[in-house]
Amino acid sequence: MRRRRRPPPIPQQPKPPGGEKVKVGALHVGAINDAGYNQAHHDGLIAMTEALPNVELIEAENVPESADAERVMENMIQQGAKVIFPQSFGYLDPALNVAEKHPDVVFMHPAGFKLAPNLGTYWGNNFEAMYLAGIAAGKATTSNKLGFVTAFPIPNILASVNAFQLGARSVNPDVTTTLVLNNAWVDPAKEASAVNALADAGIDVVTGIVDSPVTLVKTAEERGIKSVGFHSDALQQFAPTGWLTGVAYTWGPLYTRLVQSALDKSWKSEHLRGGIESDFLTLAPYGPAVDADTQKLIEDAKAKIISGDLNIFAGPILDNTGVEKIAAGQAGGIELLDTTDWLVEGVIGQTQ
Amino acid sequence: MLVGALQAGTAVLYAALGEVIVERAGVINLGLEGTMLMGASVGFAVTYQTGNPWLGLIAAALAGALFNLVLAFLVVTRGANQLASGLALGFLGIGLSALIGRPYVGQLIEGLRNVPLPILADIPFVGEVLFQHDVLIYAVIPLAFFLQWVLFSTRWGLSIRTVGEDKTVAYAAGLRTQWLQYQALFVGGLLAGLGGAHLSLAFTGVWGEQMTSGRGFIAVALVIFAAWNPLRAVLGAFLFGGALAFQLQLQARGAPVSPFFLDMIPYLLTLGVLIFLRGNRKFAMPAGLKTVFEGMR
Repeated sequence: MRRRRRPPPIPQQPKPPGGEKVKVGALHVGAINDAGYNQAHHDGLIAMTEALPNVELIEAENVPESADAERVMENMIQQGAKVIFPQSFGYLDPALNVAEKHPDVVFMHPAGFKLAPNLGTYWGNNFEAMYLAGIAAGKATTSNKLGFVTAFPIPNILASVNAFQLGARSVNPDVTTTLVLNNAWVDPAKEASAVNALADAGIDVVTGIVDSPVTLVKTAEERGIKSVGFHSDALQQFAPTGWLTGVAYTWGPLYTRLVQSALDKSWKSEHLRGGIESDFLTLAPYGPAVDADTQKLIEDAKAKIISGDLNIFAGPILDNTGVEKIAAGQAGGIELLDTTDWLVEGVIGQTQ
Repeated sequence: MLVGALQAGTAVLYAALGEVIVERAGVINLGLEGTMLMGASVGFAVTYQTGNPWLGLIAAALAGALFNLVLAFLVVTRGANQLASGLALGFLGIGLSALIGRPYVGQLIEGLRNVPLPILADIPFVGEVLFQHDVLIYAVIPLAFFLQWVLFSTRWGLSIRTVGEDKTVAYAAGLRTQWLQYQALFVGGLLAGLGGAHLSLAFTGVWGEQMTSGRGFIAVALVIFAAWNPLRAVLGAFLFGGALAFQLQLQARGAPVSPFFLDMIPYLLTLGVLIFLRGNRKFAMPAGLKTVFEGMR
């Protein structure tokens, strides 16, 4: 292995005047080349080191979400790391424990819900981007049937499923989205079976949220149907013809700002959240199946979301059993990431 | 759905067929999950490096076989506890395959292609279901018939079964019992390696850590389900694959059933058959296996 999991401690050097390397540590829950969740974080870190050449990056992969994570963080701090990115949801409590012991080290956790004086959190709201991807899917489908594969019906994901359907419906009133839950974040064979089942049922655009959507996108390409990716834009290579677009996290600029502010002591502990208006995430480059008109529709919708003229969850909104979930005149916002337990009208599927 | 059953059941079937041979020789390999994963990762790595999925297949089979030989050394030569050795090796396989596969996560390969058989593939319905697959799927049912013949109609099969029934009697009859158990584990490993390779090289075309997600353990259960009979293993594996594909198909067609319930179907089926088989002497396990559980050698 090229990357060391447990690098040996390096003895503390006396500080040279200026030109000093600053160390930043990052923990990954999986492999950094998974074309998914972990690669998106890794690419952001690399972009950060390019923007800040005096930063030296220490990465650890496949770190379990347990006390092992604490030991890896302690080790990185012994090596001199001043900023730590514990990049999985389950590292929150281990990071809080380590943060308490090292008040001079800054911790930045993705999507965490707790703060400490030296631990802040950040995340990108993905449902706006999923709405825009839904526009591409709604325009691309000829059967008016879209498919969505994911592991578990958790609020964050159901909000994305709903936004995807609403985006598609905004350009194609007849469209439906079929939700398939396969009960596993990582099970490539089951993901392939799910896409095959969707294709058999006449669905011609699939998307999904699993740790590494490579199998989804690749199987869709083999079946000759279209796909929308998630997490990382590195997915596009797996579907040269059927690729429409995808929701891609672009953490580089944020990481650069965070590390810079930690180094010049202007960093403060807070919950940073950004949507499509921020530089946290973007739509991945369009594939050949997205024509210029559709691209313009998407760009217009994006501009309206940013300006506030378009609210994706503006009522009246019914769920798929006909119950009104958001009344006329009201609108759902970012709280839906934590509260959505229903599927919007036009989504075919079960949440329990 | 039938296509889905074939696709989802094939990997499990290869592993189960291998395990039938192994258990017929009086050894139980609870580490089958690790053996499959070794096949999946080594097969993928070799295919990526050489660009040739056939070399990948050969490498996958050999990796599985070599991995099983480690178990053979432990339990046959050293007389270690089979259950503990099998489980420990299984987890070793999970870790080792992740280490080997590490550089290949998210990489693109030209895997095994589907090969529609000429003429046959054009038959309506039947052609689509049966004759548009990759070679591993075509080969698996003839392989089951072949193993059935080997086990029950050849001298080698008789020797293997004798060793599995009673090692002492087999030894007294002049059989080289340890050598035969090594052979059985080697063959079982070859097949489990191919099963793993079907997942990474043919069905998904990607390598992912622990991508077998318990299929190795299901294969062990299927051997009991199949009452140590290769042809019944075919039935069991495709029932399992069918149930798995069926629940995804139901969801894809919008059936109003809880996906969590649907996910239990393959396992409920397995349990049901186990109840049904209980107490029928025709389906009894090789007598030698009992010593594994009773702690005698």
